[in-house]
Amino acid sequence: MLTILFWVLSAVMLASAMLVVAFRNPVNSAMSLVLSFIALAALFVTLDAFFIGIIQVLVYAGAVMVLFLFIIMLLDLKAEARRKLNLAALGGGLAVLGGFVALIVQVVKSLPAAKEEFPALTRTGYSDVADVGTTLFSGYNLPFQVIGVLLLVATVGVVILSRRTLR
Amino acid sequence: MTNPQLYPWIILFAPLVAAGVILFVLSRNNTAAGAVGILTAALTCFLSWKVFLDPSLTVTAQIPWLEVPGVFSVPIGIILDNLSRVMLVVVTTIATLVFIYSAGYMRGDEGIPRYYASLCLFLFSMLGIVLADNFVMMFIFWELVGVSSYLLIGHYFRKDSAADAAKQAFTVNRVGDFGFMLGILMLWLATGSVMFSGIEQNLSAMTLHPGYLTAACLLVFCGTLGKSAQMPLHVWLPNSMEGPTPVSSLLHAATMVAAGVYMLARIFPVLLAAPEVVREVIMWVGAVTCFAAGLMATQQDDIKRILAYSTISQLGYMVVGIAVAPAGDIAMFHLFTHAFFKCMLFLCAGSVIIALHHEQDIWKMGGLLGRMPLTALCVVIGTLALAGTPGFSGYYSKDLIVAYAHGANNTVFWITAGAALLTSFYMFRLFFVVFLGRPRGEHAEHAKQSPAVMTIPLLLLAIPSVAAGYPAIAKHFFDLPHPEMPHIVHYALLAALGCGFFLAAVLYARGPAKDPVRIPLFANRLYIDNFYDWLVAKVQGGLAVLGSWFDRWIIDGLVVTGAARTVWATGYVLRLLQLGNLQAYAFFFGAGVLALLYYLIFR
Amino acid sequence: MNALTLGHYLLVSGLLFSIGLAGVLLRRNLLIIFMGLELMLNAANLSLVAFARHGVTTLGLPDYNAQVLVFFIITVAAAEVAVGLAIIVALYRLRQTTHVEDLDKMKF
Repeated sequence: MLTILFWVLSAVMLASAMLVVAFRNPVNSAMSLVLSFIALAALFVTLDAFFIGIIQVLVYAGAVMVLFLFIIMLLDLKAEARRKLNLAALGGGLAVLGGFVALIVQVVKSLPAAKEEFPALTRTGYSDVADVGTTLFSGYNLPFQVIGVLLLVATVGVVILSRRTLR
Repeated sequence: MTNPQLYPWIILFAPLVAAGVILFVLSRNNTAAGAVGILTAALTCFLSWKVFLDPSLTVTAQIPWLEVPGVFSVPIGIILDNLSRVMLVVVTTIATLVFIYSAGYMRGDEGIPRYYASLCLFLFSMLGIVLADNFVMMFIFWELVGVSSYLLIGHYFRKDSAADAAKQAFTVNRVGDFGFMLGILMLWLATGSVMFSGIEQNLSAMTLHPGYLTAACLLVFCGTLGKSAQMPLHVWLPNSMEGPTPVSSLLHAATMVAAGVYMLARIFPVLLAAPEVVREVIMWVGAVTCFAAGLMATQQDDIKRILAYSTISQLGYMVVGIAVAPAGDIAMFHLFTHAFFKCMLFLCAGSVIIALHHEQDIWKMGGLLGRMPLTALCVVIGTLALAGTPGFSGYYSKDLIVAYAHGANNTVFWITAGAALLTSFYMFRLFFVVFLGRPRGEHAEHAKQSPAVMTIPLLLLAIPSVAAGYPAIAKHFFDLPHPEMPHIVHYALLAALGCGFFLAAVLYARGPAKDPVRIPLFANRLYIDNFYDWLVAKVQGGLAVLGSWFDRWIIDGLVVTGAARTVWATGYVLRLLQLGNLQAYAFFFGAGVLALLYYLIFR
Repeated sequence: MNALTLGHYLLVSGLLFSIGLAGVLLRRNLLIIFMGLELMLNAANLSLVAFARHGVTTLGLPDYNAQVLVFFIITVAAAEVAVGLAIIVALYRLRQTTHVEDLDKMKF
């Protein structure tokens, strides 16, 4: 069951990711990205990471993509006009891409842990929030506070950057 | 009375203090400066005689100056052996008389305090050379004497010729001192000591390496070449006559130029231990100088230059004396007698020059015998002494040297005898032209005898000029052997004296209006000065051009500009990476990460 | 292929990353490039969660350390998107373009 879910969800996610890159109209790209994120959240759930899955949907698909769409609408971006193809850049990009894929495949193949099945869990269910919370606030308290400050800084930065005159 | 041990230190440092006082306190007061100078010189003279008359006095105290424990030590120390005692007496006595004479000669000059301060500095430096107990100290004072000489020759610094002469004196001396320094270093390296006593004790370390010892001795002799104006470094001494005449008499006749001979006498044991060739070289240099300078003197027209070349010639005699005699005392004896009569001759020349309002050309003088009788008398005494007339001091000292030369090398004997003939000739020429005949100019007509402050030193110096050679007196100063003098020496020298006198009388006694003999080669000083001019202009100029080319093209062009250009070129190449295109940057970034990962994971 | 292994998830994550990289390298629109960046971040998240599930602790629970890291990454990515989009808006106001090739002022 899980296997089938994995394949389906992976296919959806990868397909919509490719559509993000392929669409000319930015709104279409954004929508494909939302789909991709949701599929990814489902994949998280198959990995028994329930809290992270929900967070993925709430934050990424819910907030970040909405922000993206706002901006697209604000800037009133049209579909991208076709420009002359720069063959050198295209070739270079594809070369790097091909290299990366080859590298990743090679790494995964040679990693001994990659061949192992997932061990069984003693407890299944949906209540891993408490566990994640405990780990977060006991071991990673300081980074948590720092992230708070980071968000504050980001907010202030956005406000400043959005001023009309940017002085 | 204070501790006699302090006398040598007072003798040494009093003139330095006096120079400081004159320079900083009395620089506007002519009479006070003169008085301080004269009194200081008199003090050193008095103390020197006390030291001389007390043979038991030795000084062991030293001022440690340059000390590296265990490696070397260069102290400031005093040596009081017979050699230094005699030299002390000579230097301080003559200095005192010259200081007194200067008061009269320099009257009206604009730089009297400067003059006396420089003279005191010179006295300090010369006494340092005399009293030095180690080579480095002697070298330091050697250089200081050069500095004082520079200051004094250039006293009339507004005259270009005087300034140039001062520079030439210092530079030529420096050439000699370069060799001198190398020689000192070689001796130091071999014996491990700079003290004269230390070097003499460790001579055995060097006698096993005769080539090394020869080189060291010849290099040390370079110092004498420079300071005592031997050929080929003699060119500065005639030009040093640009300085005031008392300076010429003190420095460039009696004391400073004699320092070279003094130094050789000081290291006489080293010269004896060195291979024969060292003394051969010294002998020939001295002989050639002696004769060539005599030739050049026969055609000079400036009264001071005649005396200058005479000094060079007599220094040649002293150098020969060092080479051929078994002890340094023989050459020192000639130095001793020469100091007195040459100084007196220069002071007489000064007396004549002042009386004729600074006229120095002998062909504008004449007929001064009646007008300046005391000066004339002293000149006669000096000429007879210098020419080696029996009964005068020069006879004893010069004949001793020539006798030893005869024993050493026949050619050198004839050379020195010939020089004696020349000496007699040019000195009598000088006397005849200046004092006999009729006055050749306005000034000569109205000349009067110099005032007492100048005449009394002359007369005082006349006494040792006559008497200093007598064995009864000389034996208090030197330990002179009495060799069996071959008759040939005796006759040759008497003949030289007589022939010179006769020749001069024939040519000049009737008081001709101008020189009947004209030998351009001698008058132009064997063209040696012209050669040096050419050498400096061509060789040094050529080296300067080469140096300038190297500096401009290789150092400036290649190294400096090259470095700058390389950096600029590298920057230019690297700038090409700034494309401004975001995706290009992303591409480079991705490619770099790819390469890095590949390298880290798979290698 | 019957059982799911860690390798499967890692491969999928890698492919997702490559797709994101392709978006960054090949597309000219700034916003699409930005979306590509988000894809890359998410691929990393997937890897981390897979490893969390793989590294089961003695208690029989997934290794929550990796999940906490994913939590942080999501947070930071959100902040980064906010600031990045603000910059893009400011740039658009100045240059009236979001085409990456029109932004060449930094060329030497």
